[in-house]
This record gives sequence, C-alpha cells and structure tokens, in this order.
Amino acid sequence: MSLKAVGATALRVFAQLRRDPRTVALLMLVPVGLITLLKYMFVDEPALFDRIGTPLLGLFPFVTMFLITSITMLRERTTGTLERLMAMPMAKLDLLAGYGIAFGAVAAVQATLVSVVAFGLLGLDSSGPRWVVVLLAVSNAILGMAFGLFLSAFARTEFQAVQFMPAFVLPQILLCGLIVPRDQMARALEIAAAFLPLTYAYDALQRVGQDIFDARLAFDVTIVLAATGAALALGAATLRRRTP
Amino acid sequence: MMPTEHAVVSDRLRVVRGGRNALDDFTATVRAGCVTGLLGPNGSGKSTLMRSIVGVQVIASGALSVLDLPAGSPRLRAQIGYMTQAPSVYGDLTVEENLLYFARVLGVPRRRVDEVVEEVHLTAEQGRPVDRLSGGQRARVSLAAALIGQPRLLALDEPTVGLDPVLRKELWELFHTIAGGGATVLVSSHVMDEARHCDELLLLHEGRQLASGSPQELRERTGADDLEDGFLRLIEEART
Repeated sequence: MSLKAVGATALRVFAQLRRDPRTVALLMLVPVGLITLLKYMFVDEPALFDRIGTPLLGLFPFVTMFLITSITMLRERTTGTLERLMAMPMAKLDLLAGYGIAFGAVAAVQATLVSVVAFGLLGLDSSGPRWVVVLLAVSNAILGMAFGLFLSAFARTEFQAVQFMPAFVLPQILLCGLIVPRDQMARALEIAAAFLPLTYAYDALQRVGQDIFDARLAFDVTIVLAATGAALALGAATLRRRTP
Repeated sequence: MMPTEHAVVSDRLRVVRGGRNALDDFTATVRAGCVTGLLGPNGSGKSTLMRSIVGVQVIASGALSVLDLPAGSPRLRAQIGYMTQAPSVYGDLTVEENLLYFARVLGVPRRRVDEVVEEVHLTAEQGRPVDRLSGGQRARVSLAAALIGQPRLLALDEPTVGLDPVLRKELWELFHTIAGGGATVLVSSHVMDEARHCDELLLLHEGRQLASGSPQELRERTGADDLEDGFLRLIEEART
C-alpha cells in the first residue's frame, strides 16, 4: 500500500464533491428532511418515533453511500480512469482506502448533522449515548460503500446501478426488523433476514438506542464489520488490473 | 545514431479479445529512444498491443518484455505513461485538479502540472472543468496525464485524433523532443499520413505484423512514394 496514493485519492474524491455542491446539499439535507417527516407522521405516537427514529438515523448513510459508490465506481470503470490507474503505481487497496476515507468523512458529517437535528430539535429520545449512534452510522456508511463497490461490477450503465438500490437495499430494510419485528414475519423471511448484514446493523442501533451494551451488541457490530470486510474483498476482486 | 537497445520485445504474442485473436503470433521489437508509429486499419490490434505493453491486457500465450521486464511487472508501472483512446480523465474536475491527482499518485512534484499543461498548450484552460472543454482539448488533458511522470516509455493510443494541423505538428515535435531525451514513444494511428512523422513504423494487419522499418525503408520496399499507397499495397498483398 502507498499512503501517497491513498491520500491523493481521498483528496481527489473531495475535490469532485466540491465541484458538485448540489449532490453535497442533497446528501446533507435529504436525511434531515426525512427524519423531520417521520417526526410529524408519528406526532401522536412519540414512542414509535423513538423506536424507529434512532435506527433510521444510522441507516441513512448506508443507503446514500451505497448509491454514491456504485455510481462513482461504475464511472471509473466506464470512462477508462480505472484502466489508467491500474497502469499506474496504485494498489487496488489504495483506491478503496482513498474512497473509504473520503466517503467515511462525508458519512460522519451527514450522520452528525441528522443526529443534531433529530436529538436537538425534533426531540428524538435515545437512552444510549448519541455519539455511539453516529459511530454506528459511519460504520454502516462504509458497509454501504463496500456493497456499492462490489455491485458496481455487475452494472453496465448508471440506470442498472440505480436499480440495485431497490433490488438489494430495499429488501434488507424491509426485513431488518425496522417495520415489523422479525419474529412476527413468516419463518422463511426471519431466516433470510439472519443472512442479511443490515439486520445486524439495525439490531446494533436498536440496542444502543435502548442503552443496552451487551455481548449481543458486540456480536452485531462484529458481523457488520465482517460483512464490510467481505464485501470490500469481493469488490477488490472485481477491480481487475488485467482485463480480457 | 539511434540506440539499438529494444524497449519492447514481443515474441509470438497471442491475445484473445471477444472470442477472436486480436493479436496472433505477433513478433516485433520497438527500438528505445525512438518515436515508433503503430499503424494499421481499425481492428488490426493496435490498441490491444498498447494495452498488453502497459500491462492491463490478459495475454493468452507468447512473451512480451517491456524495458527488460515482463509486461505487467509492478516495477514498470512508474515508468510507463499510457494514454487510452477515450480521454480517461475526470470530467467533473478541472484540468489542474486532474493532473494534480495523477502527480500525487506518481509522487512527482507539483510543478510538473504546470510543465505538462504548457507542453500540451492548455495553460489558458487549466482552471476549467474537463467536461466543458472541446474533444481535442480533453484528449490533450489525457495526454498531459500520461506525460506527467516523465515515463521511460510512452504508449499513446491515437493521441492526435481530432486535433487541428497546427496542434498536430506541435505534438509530433513534442514526441520527438521526449524521444530525444532517451524515452521511447509509441504512437498508434489509423491515419497513414501520420507515418511520415515517425522514426520507425510497425504496420499491423489482422493481429499480425505486416511490415516494419523506417518510413524511408518502407517507401523503398513498396516502391511507392506515398506511404499510404505503400501500405495499401502491402495490405493487398497480405490478403491475396
């Protein structure tokens, strides 16, 4: 690995974001808008807002980073910049780490902003420490990034890449327990949910929201980190230096 | 005199792309310190050969050595500058931001950005996003990115396509200056007219080497004053 190449890539991604202020504004404001929407949907049921508000905070960065990374990587593949980088002294891990740093930082700002609004202005109540919610949100962002990177290898066009969002992300959000507790679903779905990484991301957020710090939380976080590692390894395998 | 050392040695190289042999039993050498033109009709294997040399192409069989190392060796990556046919730069970044990124990856000083921008005549466009440039300007950003590391071998895939005659002439002069400094410059083109700018020529046809030599030698061998006529004659002969 070369720190030079990692740092250069992170700076380049920041420069690209700076050139696209509209995307940055959407990244920051859409989660805030959605959580506000949620607050007033459940205006008569504050307990329900508390129950799903905290996990949702931590899941926003997963969704946005998944989308952003799959499109960005697809562009690297289709415009030839990836081929140029692969002919240069750059390890695949350098490229991934550069993206990880840049998007991780964006996710941290995004999660902090939506947390400040939700906890400070909207009266969302989390029994657990709020900074842990932000930390989990950042780890979920990296998970989303890793999946976006991997799945971008299976898209030929940006239209296809965008379709991976309802195809891969939505089912995980439906099954993770956010909408209906998993033990109330059909048995087959409950089993399926046990194989989806977002289930563990959700459980971890829920436990922190209830201030439960136990072995199960450690297990959930471990699974999320392991899934991130596996997706990054699979993603790195799809970045071919030599192509047919 | 030209140095006689070879920058690229290809020995019975075979590359399969899209189910057919893009290069087939391809044996050739490229002399170091020269501007070598890789010429041939569309689909003759020029880009595949470039990709093989810079180490991004899967090779089926045969041997290919570049600067005395097997093609694709990690140590070669800092010594090769590669310009693909499509401008492979970031459209949303400015000329300067693009080049600064590649300079940082290669670990070359920042002043190289200004130097290459000047070499490709883009100083006035330095602060503009690449997406807002013309096609020819975008190609020159891509060329500048290939030049920035002062590589020992430059592989340029159709670098002069879409450029006006004045700019084309200036770029050919630049290629000769670079070769004069000891680097090897490999330029592909499907425009036979460009052949006269090269020290050495490699003519490709259907994945094989059809002819090689200096423009003068090829003119004498084919008996044609015009290189294009000569090449067409050679291709006709190969077909029959």
